[in-house]
Amino acid sequence: MNNVDTKAARKLVVGWFTFTCSEDSTILFTELLNENFYGWKKLLDFRHIKSLKTKNSLNDLDVAFIEGAISSESQGKEVKKIRENAKYVVAIGECACTGLPSSSRNAFTSDQIIEGIKWYMTHFNYASKVKKLDDVIKVDDKVEGCPMNVQDFLTVLEKYLKLFKVV
Amino acid sequence: MHNGNITIENITKVEGNAGLEVTVKEGKIKDLKFIIKDYRRFYTEVVKGKPFVSAPSLLSRICGTCSVAHLFASIKAIEQSQGIEVSEQTKILRRLAYDGLMIRDHALHLYFFVLPDLLGVDSILDISDDPNDLGHILLHDSFDIKALGTDITEVVIGAAIHAPYPTVGGFLKLPDPTKLPDLLTRLEKIRTQVLRGIKAFYEYNASLVRDSDYLCLRNDIKNSKYDFLNGDIVSSDGKKIPPNKFHEFLDVVVVPYSQSEGYTFSDSHRNYLVGALARLNLNKDMLNPKTKKDVEKYLGIFPSNNVYHNNLAQAIEILQCVDDAIDILKDLKIVKEKPLRKNAQAGLGMGVVEAPRGTLYHMAKIDEKGMIRDYDVIVPTSQNQISIENDLKKYFSENLSKSEEELKLNAEQIIRAYDPCMSCSTNFLKIDWIRR
Repeated sequence: MNNVDTKAARKLVVGWFTFTCSEDSTILFTELLNENFYGWKKLLDFRHIKSLKTKNSLNDLDVAFIEGAISSESQGKEVKKIRENAKYVVAIGECACTGLPSSSRNAFTSDQIIEGIKWYMTHFNYASKVKKLDDVIKVDDKVEGCPMNVQDFLTVLEKYLKLFKVV
Repeated sequence: MHNGNITIENITKVEGNAGLEVTVKEGKIKDLKFIIKDYRRFYTEVVKGKPFVSAPSLLSRICGTCSVAHLFASIKAIEQSQGIEVSEQTKILRRLAYDGLMIRDHALHLYFFVLPDLLGVDSILDISDDPNDLGHILLHDSFDIKALGTDITEVVIGAAIHAPYPTVGGFLKLPDPTKLPDLLTRLEKIRTQVLRGIKAFYEYNASLVRDSDYLCLRNDIKNSKYDFLNGDIVSSDGKKIPPNKFHEFLDVVVVPYSQSEGYTFSDSHRNYLVGALARLNLNKDMLNPKTKKDVEKYLGIFPSNNVYHNNLAQAIEILQCVDDAIDILKDLKIVKEKPLRKNAQAGLGMGVVEAPRGTLYHMAKIDEKGMIRDYDVIVPTSQNQISIENDLKKYFSENLSKSEEELKLNAEQIIRAYDPCMSCSTNFLKIDWIRR
């Protein structure tokens, strides 16, 4: 990635989003910036990345990277809105790709859903089941791992840089 | 004078998802809600009925950035329940790994989240590319500091996030000794950059003087050091509590609009602050002698009630961890040993550590077959939730003459100063509730 030609005619417009998860892949992404910050700054337009900036926009995303599982109808609406604004969506990390471990509560028996759990699920309108990303929206690529596999992420990123003729 | 409601849908440059709603009527704050939005994953329920050896790895998934803190707190709780006393080598390696965690985690918060505020820009993406610009220099420093913290944890415990080597009783795999000298060289070299950051955060001219108690671990045993992993829990109002009694010392408060519970002291019902500011306020006398010497001119600030000094406290703790890691690596000789294990026994254990954001408590109840019967976690951001809200009420009450844009910016900066982690704060707890 460090050796790519950075005389790009246009940048790849990206967004980075998180839902129900530990945000471990987001943290790993910030670690990748140690090596890649200046290279990626020339190639990528970070249009929406709440972990790094306050002024964010959903407009005309080329690729949305989405970490985490979907726990509620409101999260479902939010992720559908991201999908509508992005040409491609990449599921990032195990919770987005498979639901687990965030969807562990799907396997709870009725005995396990004790008063406290029931209160939170009712009070905050939890969905009865936690869903993986492609249960809710169309997903174009997946980067699995807990946290995400770095090499797979770099490969997917390079694929879209080439697809949009940024490199 | 501002009138009408102020809403921040998403607090940015923090870990996880949170919002803020402020209701202003007739020039006064009628209501203020700091809303933690991350959905609960109920991991403390998920581990029940599972073998104790499997719990620390799953519970490290509570949080991406401080997974090592959850891992070690869980391991400590289970070891106590099983009567396992680990070797001196295990204790030292855990301490070294923890230094790596603190270096990386504090640097992420300070340089990626707070530095833009200090420079008056929105994001690290807006920092100048001019190599002579202070912002550029500090950002470049941060890459080196974060990478070193990450590399320490990778060498010692196998990864910075969800580390695979640590286990109940010790290590599944020991660090490769050939990789240690390089870490020592880099640690000695990085001090100049860390000191540059401390100076910058000392000069960050922001203030919100607040009112609460402070709480953290303090290791008072003879010849002990500034310690994130051992000690009693002490508070600024003079209390000293053994870790096993921590739970009894707190009242949990259900905050009906937030996915996280809050906490107050059970006797005084006062809110309190945990984190680097609490640690510097209560433990600055125990800093590494090299650290103390080089930051002497900044230490007079502590004890401080200015919440922004949590940033300076974190910057000083980075140097503390660098110097501590140097001391460890100079003497470290790794000998082969296997994790200590005993036949499973029924027992109760508590693991209390100082996570980057403050005091973290894990409780494990194990049955005679080695299965988890009950589990509980109390995380720093939940403990800070009521203090964050009270600080924001104070700020808004005193500053309503400012523009909405400035109020929102400053509100985010105050929240950010706490370095909150919403992913951590949404875990299930099942003690008696006080509904607000």
